[in-house]
Amino acid sequence: MEKVNNQKSNDIKRRKFLKNLFLSLSGLFLPGIVSAATKTGRLKDLILSLGYDPKEHLWGMGIDIDKCIGCGRCVNACKEENGVPRDPFFFRTWVERYRIYDNRETLVDSPNGAIDGFKPSINDEGNIIRSFFVPKLCNHCDNPPCVQVCPVGATFKTDDGVILVDSKYCIGCRYCIQACPYGARFLDPETRTAEKCTFCYHRITKELSPACVEVCPTQARIFGEIKKKPSPLVRFMRQHVLGVLKPALNTEPKVFYANMDMEVR
Amino acid sequence: MNSFWKKVPEQVTRLFLMLIFLVTAFIFMRSILVPPDFGKYGHYRASAIDEIISQEIKYAGHTVCYDCHDDIVDLKKTGYHKNVACEVCHGPAALHTDDPGELKLQAPRERGYCPLCHEYISSRPTGFPQIVSASHNPMKPCISCHEPHDPKPPQTPKECDACHAEISRTKSLSHHVYVDCIECHQTPNEHKIKPREYLPSKPTTREFCGNCHSKDSTTPEEIPKIDINSHGERYMCWQCHYPHLPEAQ
Repeated sequence: MEKVNNQKSNDIKRRKFLKNLFLSLSGLFLPGIVSAATKTGRLKDLILSLGYDPKEHLWGMGIDIDKCIGCGRCVNACKEENGVPRDPFFFRTWVERYRIYDNRETLVDSPNGAIDGFKPSINDEGNIIRSFFVPKLCNHCDNPPCVQVCPVGATFKTDDGVILVDSKYCIGCRYCIQACPYGARFLDPETRTAEKCTFCYHRITKELSPACVEVCPTQARIFGEIKKKPSPLVRFMRQHVLGVLKPALNTEPKVFYANMDMEVR
Repeated sequence: MNSFWKKVPEQVTRLFLMLIFLVTAFIFMRSILVPPDFGKYGHYRASAIDEIISQEIKYAGHTVCYDCHDDIVDLKKTGYHKNVACEVCHGPAALHTDDPGELKLQAPRERGYCPLCHEYISSRPTGFPQIVSASHNPMKPCISCHEPHDPKPPQTPKECDACHAEISRTKSLSHHVYVDCIECHQTPNEHKIKPREYLPSKPTTREFCGNCHSKDSTTPEEIPKIDINSHGERYMCWQCHYPHLPEAQ
């Protein structure tokens, strides 16, 4: 009998202990629960004060390779607008010239990102089968490898699908530069942080188009909403057979190329 | 409760206290180190978006120019450059549109700028107007012939040699160099626009050449003259003499 009583009191103690333990442990999660509760209520401030709701947009770009004349005005405008260093190797956007020869060799060049245009190729004109210009920039992947590898959360995808870099938070570890399969990122020589195309986020949130689109003299670049019906980009996407760069990587780019040769990578 | 703590071995209590201290220290440090707005919209600092958005705009956009320069915009919008934004050539204009007196925009007047788009490069799309600048009036700036806001060939070809360059080069070597094309070829004006539908005339008779070269014509003495009635009367003149280079036999 005594034994049984003893066991009972032990049971009660254990229950009490577990209860206390659970309560005190749950206290640890309290800040998280509180912040989760307030999160939804606070969504409509900050950037929303501009009258711009990123949830209502999904940005993309179309590039018509048949229209690009390789003048490099986009490269120049991008550097002007975003204060990118004028030296070679620092580009948010650049233009490549593809020359495909009759011996199946493909030559790709981009002298200083084509910021001063291209010089005519002189000696090998006769052997070229196809030749064209391909403007390149960050593809703003829907499934971005650069965001996955960032150890501090300094690069991120916004609700409107743009990949941005928080240059105050970036530690300059260069992981994202390595991870980007398109070579769209570089390390800013002054701030020592990762830099890339932002689709001119400061412009598109104020109903302007990106600087490269603004200055393209042949409308080879088309910018707009991917999902909304009345958008020039949707019209462009409907009218052309589209390709993306390196589709096998499953990055799901939001920069769509029309009239793209299979040699383009 | 007291009896419970008494039963817990001392080393476990110490470990437990240590654990509590570490957890508290972690939460405390995290609250200091992690920015307060981190994780608001996702795994990033929410105010980073604000910082990116507040970047200065340098290109004002193609719509603002009309407010002041309506004459040029009106001229441009019917021409081939209608889709070329003003800022392509004149540079970023936001400072200028904010305060027109503060910053005057530059215009590229030198010869080097237009070939950025219009120099012949085989990679350019077919049909895009291109020139080889080394042989296209190399000493003149482009804007001396082409109005950049409404570019077109400076005029419909005024001289015949714009199209008939080979004949013109041959004639420039001959004694007929000062004979205008239209002295022998009556050319309707429409020929310059629709060259194959409106053809220039050609001389049809020996007497036409005889106007200058016959013995009894009154033209200057240095022009060679022949007796048109006896000189090769079975043939037309141009069957033996090429009129654009008559010296050749």
